[in-house]
Amino acid sequence: MEHQDALTIPRFPSLLARTLRYLPLAPVSLALTRLTQNMAKQNAAMFRRLGAHDHACFLLDPTDLPVTLCLEPRGGHPKVSLHRHPPAADARIAGPLAALIGLVHGAYDGDALFFSRDLVIEGDTAAALALRNAVDDAELDLSAEVEALSGPFAQPLHKLIELAERRTGVALTRHEEDFLW
Amino acid sequence: MVMEIVCPAGTPAALRAAVKAGAHTIYCGFADETNARNFPGLNFSRAEMAEGIAFAHARGAKVLVAINTYPRAGDESLWHAAVADAETAGADAVILADLGLLAYAAGNHPNLRRHLSVQAAAANADIINFYGAEFGVKRVVLPRVLSVPEIAAINKETEIETEVFVFGGLCVMAEGRCSLSSYATGLSPNMNGVCSPASHVDYVEDAGALSAKLGGYTIHAVGADEPAPYPTLCKGCFTAGEKTAHLFEDPVSLNAEHLIPQLAKAGVTALKIEGRQRSRSYVAQVVKNFRAAVEAVDQGRALPEGMLARLSEGQAVTTGAYKKTWR
Repeated sequence: MEHQDALTIPRFPSLLARTLRYLPLAPVSLALTRLTQNMAKQNAAMFRRLGAHDHACFLLDPTDLPVTLCLEPRGGHPKVSLHRHPPAADARIAGPLAALIGLVHGAYDGDALFFSRDLVIEGDTAAALALRNAVDDAELDLSAEVEALSGPFAQPLHKLIELAERRTGVALTRHEEDFLW
Repeated sequence: MVMEIVCPAGTPAALRAAVKAGAHTIYCGFADETNARNFPGLNFSRAEMAEGIAFAHARGAKVLVAINTYPRAGDESLWHAAVADAETAGADAVILADLGLLAYAAGNHPNLRRHLSVQAAAANADIINFYGAEFGVKRVVLPRVLSVPEIAAINKETEIETEVFVFGGLCVMAEGRCSLSSYATGLSPNMNGVCSPASHVDYVEDAGALSAKLGGYTIHAVGADEPAPYPTLCKGCFTAGEKTAHLFEDPVSLNAEHLIPQLAKAGVTALKIEGRQRSRSYVAQVVKNFRAAVEAVDQGRALPEGMLARLSEGQAVTTGAYKKTWR
């Protein structure tokens, strides 16, 4: 039996994270809800894959940020809210922000991150699994979704995201599936 | 001839990733109890299956549909419909385990190629030849209990193709006959297509220690710096008397990439990768590695260095029964 080395996940800079304590949560929550609802229109199959869990409440907890994100799929009419103190939820998925974004973009494997303890799952395991599988199948690109809502700023934003991705090693966009391995 | 890589796909996106990464063949299942990976959010609708097969065929890859659970008395029509729908969708073969379903498929869908699932646990040439003679089975997925010399011995006595697992999660030794999950949850892979269903799994973290519970029973607890424990009873850690140990098997994954040359010499046709419950990232990475490996073996080159370590469940790997060092 051979034991294997774990993957190193980039961590959000702690100084920058501290400034997020002053983030105005309500407007950012509204913007994220709009973004997610836009994605829902293009990805109805993702919500079908949630099956019995399409009205669950998912807590997405970036452990290197001072805020948590509550995602309610609401049968294809999703709502997203940010919280400084995590509310009660059906399932909590926690890990570094880079891991959570990398999972969405298909850069990481959820099971591998879970067994290496880079990802924590608590609460309703079936709901968390359904979300993980639904998102993995949807082949989302969060940056492209943000750019689509950015009007004339889309092109400079794209260049900025590309630069940030190169500098940080975080999968900020969707790449070929083995991008980070 | 290059050995065939048979790759898992739990979602249409994983199927596309597998095809693009170079899989010769992809296996997948319908989103119901007819396949042994009946997990939340996983598997294919009828329309997705047809689209996935068309995508694969357009790029020269084959698709096998796993209908490898055991039909429940009174509900056989669900399994019969799955066989019919796989043929309609254009599947290259169905992977079956149940004798009755094999007879049904052979009688009602004679032109649909039939493979024998690992769930049937066919582990010697006599039973494999029986499946071939009685049900027209063209390929057998061998259970993960055989050494390489035993596989070679089987291939000398049968014309039926053999497929062996080379990477992914390991299963308790009597595949298709395991009821451990049923004891704790009432649901089993054989009947319901799900081992240790997620609806019965709880992970509880307390001061860094992580416990895996199945059906309310704690089956393993680990410290802060250890890999997360498996949620299956077969890989649980139990105390009997004064000894605490993994009673059935260690929580390790199979990685037989270095045995590919020996498996080729043993007459194996196809190499199977476990993991329909895994992500498209896993699928792409594992397929690329194994495709490169089988091509190297075919051309007489050294095996390329693998990068599969991080993808192993349990963070540890073994060559399993292929090298029976405990004998």
